[in-house]
Amino acid sequence: MKNFQYVRPTQQQAALETLAQDDKAMFIAGGTNLIDLMKRNVVLPEKLVDINRLPLRKIEPTSKGVRIGALASNSEVAEHPLIREKFPLLSQALISGASAQLRNMATVGGNMMQRTRCYYFYDAALPCNKRQPGSGCGALQGINSKHAIFGFSDKCIAVHPSDMCVALVALEATVLVTGPKGERQVPFKDFHRLPGEHPERDTNLEKNELILAVDIPASSFTQNVHYLKVRERASYAFALVSVAAALDLDKGTIRNARLAMGGVAHKPWRLMEAEKALVGKPVSEETFQQTAALAMQGAKAFEHNAYKLKLAPNAITQALKTAAGLS
Amino acid sequence: MEKASLQQIQIGDPLNRVEGQLKVTGKAKYAAEYNLSGVTFGVMVTSTIAKGRIKSMDTKLAKKAPGVLAVITHKNAPEVPGYKAAVNNEGARVYGQEFRLFYDDQIHHNYQPIALVVADTLARANEAASMVKVQYEQETHHTDISRNLDQAIQPARPEDYSRGEEDAYLTAPVKVVHEYHTPIQVHNPMETHATTAVWEADNKITVYNKTQATKISQQEIMKAFDLKEENVQAHSPFVGGAFGSSSRLWPQEMAAILGAKVVGRPVQVVLKRDQVFNMVGYRPPSRQKVGIGASAEGKLIGITHEGYGITSRYEQFTERMMDPTKSMYHCPNLNAKYRLVPLDMSTPCWTRGPGETSGSFALESAMDELAYALNMDPLSLRMKNYADKDPENELPWSSNYLKECYKQGAERFGWQKRNPTPRSMRSGEWQVGMGMASGIYKAVRDRAVARAKLLSDGSVLVQSAVADVGPGSATIFTQIAADVMGTSIEKTRFEWGDSSLPHAPGQFGSHTTASVGSAVYDVCTALKQKIQELAVNQKGSSLQGAQATNVVFENASIRLKNGTTSLTYSDFLQQQQLPSLEVIKESDGGPLLEKYSGKSFCANFVEVRVHSVTGEVRVQRVVSAVDAGKIMNHKTAQSQVYGAVVWGIGIALMEEGLIDHRYGRHVNNDLAEYHVPVHADVPDIEVILIDKEDPVIDPMGAKGIGEIPLVGFTAAIANAVYHATGQRIRNLPITPAKLIS
Repeated sequence: MKNFQYVRPTQQQAALETLAQDDKAMFIAGGTNLIDLMKRNVVLPEKLVDINRLPLRKIEPTSKGVRIGALASNSEVAEHPLIREKFPLLSQALISGASAQLRNMATVGGNMMQRTRCYYFYDAALPCNKRQPGSGCGALQGINSKHAIFGFSDKCIAVHPSDMCVALVALEATVLVTGPKGERQVPFKDFHRLPGEHPERDTNLEKNELILAVDIPASSFTQNVHYLKVRERASYAFALVSVAAALDLDKGTIRNARLAMGGVAHKPWRLMEAEKALVGKPVSEETFQQTAALAMQGAKAFEHNAYKLKLAPNAITQALKTAAGLS
Repeated sequence: MEKASLQQIQIGDPLNRVEGQLKVTGKAKYAAEYNLSGVTFGVMVTSTIAKGRIKSMDTKLAKKAPGVLAVITHKNAPEVPGYKAAVNNEGARVYGQEFRLFYDDQIHHNYQPIALVVADTLARANEAASMVKVQYEQETHHTDISRNLDQAIQPARPEDYSRGEEDAYLTAPVKVVHEYHTPIQVHNPMETHATTAVWEADNKITVYNKTQATKISQQEIMKAFDLKEENVQAHSPFVGGAFGSSSRLWPQEMAAILGAKVVGRPVQVVLKRDQVFNMVGYRPPSRQKVGIGASAEGKLIGITHEGYGITSRYEQFTERMMDPTKSMYHCPNLNAKYRLVPLDMSTPCWTRGPGETSGSFALESAMDELAYALNMDPLSLRMKNYADKDPENELPWSSNYLKECYKQGAERFGWQKRNPTPRSMRSGEWQVGMGMASGIYKAVRDRAVARAKLLSDGSVLVQSAVADVGPGSATIFTQIAADVMGTSIEKTRFEWGDSSLPHAPGQFGSHTTASVGSAVYDVCTALKQKIQELAVNQKGSSLQGAQATNVVFENASIRLKNGTTSLTYSDFLQQQQLPSLEVIKESDGGPLLEKYSGKSFCANFVEVRVHSVTGEVRVQRVVSAVDAGKIMNHKTAQSQVYGAVVWGIGIALMEEGLIDHRYGRHVNNDLAEYHVPVHADVPDIEVILIDKEDPVIDPMGAKGIGEIPLVGFTAAIANAVYHATGQRIRNLPITPAKLIS
């Protein structure tokens, strides 16, 4: 670990200015991921700007839905009555993540900014284009059992580790950010990036920008939802594959659907084609299996993650069945 | 007068841990918590290649960094006299040349410590450690057991064994033969390895370390630095988990000692989590093949078991992979072959149930496969082949209640309700399976010494160098002493965990209770004898002239059996005009032990659920029936079984040290990616302790309990998974990826 300066501004403007002053400064909120990365010399900030004193913790209803402050903890969001009632998919996704202790510390903004758990990213002695552009992708020919089956490039096959973000992309959230050029809204599906030629960039957040809040529009996805997370142990493990499924049902027919996956790509993987295909279909195992098959089009496996080609569609079917009350 | 609340404690009582309060209130001091005056902090720089030599090391930046006191490498490390001595394998616990820290420029394995940076704060030492730049001359390395089986050697200390005809299973009417693989597993105790070392003088070292054996630490430091026993002290009363990983002297101890020598101040070295994976031992992976043949009625005819483990290039670490096979069942023909594949890795180390755990996975899986081939109940097959003496050497068992384990375990579990057909049981989308396995583990005893002191307040102090790494040994020994002396727990104190105390063997191999417990039992018995001798010979004593058989020791006093005459221990000392009374006694098992085979036994019954769509496995229920002799403390014994079951769940379903063999380097070396069970993975565990005395091994009737419940346990899970799904996974861990593929 490299020694660093530490500042704790109380004003948003001061926080932004302090960050902008120093090329190697970073924001820190819950620190549940950043501290680990610093300890392993993966990320080496020279200054940490602690934003925990900024007033960004509120969870409040808006005319369009709900606004969640970037500093609201994962626990607070998961347990908030409004979220549990109107956005149960998000609550389920959050509770499936990490451990109670980590959820108490981790924030919504921090969760969005967490880095991949790819082994090669975590070890400064091994090649990783995300950590050190140009050094190569260790996982491509290495141990890639937890890696992507969609949207990867030959520069990077890592996956995004968040559960929360899978629910947020399915719920068509918007991210409110601010920075040198003022405030702007980013649709959640455009917040995270695919690796392409630049795996060192996880998100489309611009330099010196700060996440202020996440807005989720009210929707009819309040009943028939399920977040399924498949993992090797019952808790405190990243997903092998996860599925956020939300259905709006009219008796036995699907009026509208949302579907996204985690653990399969460099970003939370929204399945819009599959969603469209579900509309108007009857609720049945057959419908869901067809959806899963459609969702898997274009998937490709590496040496150790071929199981995901079977697990992912199984998980989609299972999540949709559970959401629909068939399971 | 003793208060009524100060109850007499007896062997077996479920007494709380004597050090429990210290631990839960944070008052128990662990190796990295000795904030000695002037203490400094050492951080190790480790190699990033698996084989080769250090071409150059640039330490200039690190040396100039703020707060840095020293950067120690092979170029400037103080001489370690013991490193130059010729290798003497006689009596050495591991055969070969021990790893020598900062000795030369050779790299033997990845994560090899190559420098120690000492600074005034941990943060500064950490930062400076990252500034050391190393150039290597790399050589081709090999770290994959599977690709190097053709390089296997017969270890210098062979484990091979045979009886009857070779490969007799081949011609048996019913036979199975399969290969079984187990991966690297890492002990991963919560407390990573740590040491605070001090040079009290030019020739005097004290280490506050994390060890299962203060005497072994002391002796190995004496040997390394050519020092006298009285000038080396290892202090380790509290250990945050060890499981075998703290049973020898490791680089963090040597680094702290060398660092302290250079900077002239105490140095503390704590390993980082990633460093413990390939520096301080691990359970070696195994590649095994088991063939078993039986008559159509299920009588075993022959077993052939071949096993490969790995070791480093500098030592031969052997383990008892073949032991369960040799002794578990009555089988006239058996041959066992054990080989080592030397690789560019650090030396493995004993890991809970070392060898037996991997070996029994293969044996007990194969027994299950044989049961299906015979169309026979797996439990009936095992009962049919019960061995009424140890088939390895024809010796009678010192005690054997395996049949009781089978019977009571099966009853409690409801084994008879099991539908024998695989895939026949279901609960919604979950496939349900039931499996079982037997276990066997050596029950031995080693030499130990204890000191007992009667103090002026009538209390008893007992001392031994033994460690208590968590099983509750200190509690048990307090309890044994209180039981023998007739004192309350409040008036009985046990001191442990320091090499200056009387000799104790290491706390491993499930022999601490039998060895040190016996010494405590014997020394307290001797102390009573001395008290009695003095009391009955004392003129004017109320007990003068009393017969030995007539004297009772209870309530911290001596009393005549038939009379009301009683003399408290403190009054006794006063009468004798003694400030205290002390006895030291050495105990060992004696020749009787050689006439018997001592083993602990168990039968494990497991119910699992496997999700038919996702392949997730959840252990639903466990019944573990254990014959560990007479139980010294039902609470701590039960906890030992819980711990073993949790370990078994981890090994069966999730633990796997992954190495990218292109780099010869571990990749999942943290607790986020190397999975051990969390609470949610641990189901109801029912423990049955047979609790019958072993008449041979020690005077309390105890056998070991720390490891036996783990032996065979992983196979019980694999067998249950087969019963649930019809899929036989012979390659641990059993993951969703394997089950849905």
